Amino acid sequence: MNINDRIVAGFVAGDVGFVTTVPCKQLAGVIDALEAHPDIMHVPSNKEDEGMGLCAGAWMGGTRPAIIMQNTAIGVTINTLVTLIQYYRMPLPMLISYRGELGEPVACQAEMAVHTKALLAQMHIPTYHFHQQSDVEEFDAILEYTFMCNKPVAILTDATFWGGY
Amino acid sequence: MIRSAVLAELKDIISDEFVVCNIGIPSQELHALDDQPTNFYMLGTMGLASSIGLGLALVQKQNVIAIDGDGSILTNLGTLATIANNATGNFTLLIIDNGSYGSTGDQPTYAGQKTALAAVARACGCRNVAEVPGKETAAAVKAALACDEMTIIVSKCASGNRKEPVITMDPVVIRDRFMRTLAQRNGNVPKEGIRAAG
Ligand SMILES: [Mg+2]
Repeated sequence: MNINDRIVAGFVAGDVGFVTTVPCKQLAGVIDALEAHPDIMHVPSNKEDEGMGLCAGAWMGGTRPAIIMQNTAIGVTINTLVTLIQYYRMPLPMLISYRGELGEPVACQAEMAVHTKALLAQMHIPTYHFHQQSDVEEFDAILEYTFMCNKPVAILTDATFWGGY
Repeated sequence: MIRSAVLAELKDIISDEFVVCNIGIPSQELHALDDQPTNFYMLGTMGLASSIGLGLALVQKQNVIAIDGDGSILTNLGTLATIANNATGNFTLLIIDNGSYGSTGDQPTYAGQKTALAAVARACGCRNVAEVPGKETAAAVKAALACDEMTIIVSKCASGNRKEPVITMDPVVIRDRFMRTLAQRNGNVPKEGIRAAG
């Protein structure tokens, strides 16, 4: 099973039925795999805070949600994470492409990369970093953890994890 | 006619419906007028009432009404494209367009100037869009609830607020009672929000 199908299988096994995405080149394959999967409703968002609103609604409607986005979105969504997801105590798995790490060709991406973990730590968001492909073996447990504790949880996935792009 | 008068006329129509209400004074006015477990009040995060409402409507069958404002729609304008492209018949978006940022001192919005939100919604691909004066809003919402097609209502009314208390209910209480009521209405025990013992 390739890494994209493995992640989608993890979502399905974790009973995630609603996924919103804002694309990143690193995430193109997993977004395609999600879109193709019959058990997952995929609703693309224009912006990540909008996507978190959709996820909040889906969860209150009885369906486990997830968001897929780039780490630059942490800068966009701080208020939403704090005043919607955390304030109302909602679970939200965030599968995040961690741009600006080793192998990054675009210098500007390093600018947000250096703030990513610090911002997540400042918000007390549990954060996992997938670097080797075998790290994906923790994916299912991270989803279970997220829906156990009703918190936003970040999974940072870097270029090494995705095998370059 | 100001927003609080529009809400007062809506009261009997939406009292038993699932409502996601815009941040600030709109939620305070609805809460003071008719607090219900079927109301989800946004206490923060300007702009996301329509997104939360759409997410709710997409995953279950009950009607969902998002009561938004012109300023909040302008903050999250992309929402109209998302709503148009993921239309669901159980969703009604009511934009109370008073041409001002009511919760922050009635500063004018662009919707009160050159920007027509109904036209923006249509250009985004929303099919069933009605712009109505404030006094016709209740009838428009009633029709939207009876209709199988998703409806966007832009209610044109005057700027102004009623002085109502800030909502002090705990956010987790607001969303937990909302979730439980929705799950019961759907005949489900909520999967989330209830902790297994131990
Ligand atoms: Mg307004």
